[in-house]
Amino acid sequence: MASRDDIKFLSNPSIGQQKKKYCRFRKFGIKYIDYKDSEFLLQFVNEQGKLLPRRITGNSLKYQKLVAVAVKRARHLAILPYVTDLLK
Amino acid sequence: MNQYEVTFIIDPVLSGDEIKSTASMYESLLKDQGCTIVHVNEIGLKQLAYPINKKSSGIYYCIEFTTPVGSIISKVELALRRDERIMRFLTVKLDKYGVKYNEDRRSGKITSYKKKESKKKTFDSGVAAAPAGAEVVKPEAEPVGISEEE
Repeated sequence: MASRDDIKFLSNPSIGQQKKKYCRFRKFGIKYIDYKDSEFLLQFVNEQGKLLPRRITGNSLKYQKLVAVAVKRARHLAILPYVTDLLK
Repeated sequence: MNQYEVTFIIDPVLSGDEIKSTASMYESLLKDQGCTIVHVNEIGLKQLAYPINKKSSGIYYCIEFTTPVGSIISKVELALRRDERIMRFLTVKLDKYGVKYNEDRRSGKITSYKKKESKKKTFDSGVAAAPAGAEVVKPEAEPVGISEEE
């Protein structure tokens, strides 16, 4: 017997719903961003080594600014490239 | 007392002894200026992300120190700038979170990014598991409703 309650589950309700973005620094309590940790910083740059916008990473303004500073320091020390292709 | 961190890249063409003596030279220079060395992190040979002075690798060193006077920074930076063996350097003033991060890193609380990632994954799975559990609960509740209708 297919009642109204069963029909509700025929389509996956999670499809089409955007997952809420969140600031990982706020969520996990990360207070300091190390400019020497290239693996970590790679999450915030695209394939050309450019900084990803806040609209994609979901960082809060405070931490996006700190990420930007850390990436720029890493670039100066040749830990991250200034320009490339196929970084990832 | 402010805590600073100076990271520099030494030319890899030099021999092992020369590299060590270069690093220890800056340590002693800092000590002479009245700084206390907190930690010397020898990161070692790393591939550079882009060539510097036609070299594709370099030896990374990171010295953490505290100093009562900030004016010595310019002296140390001048010495680093004049030194041909140093390819790049960066001096950073550490805030209280930076000091704590470095301490945790040394004591092994924070090992590498990969550990952080695994932590994140468990968090994500926990979040993912919760709605799944909620879905499981719902069908259990519904048959009760149906039985009531019957």
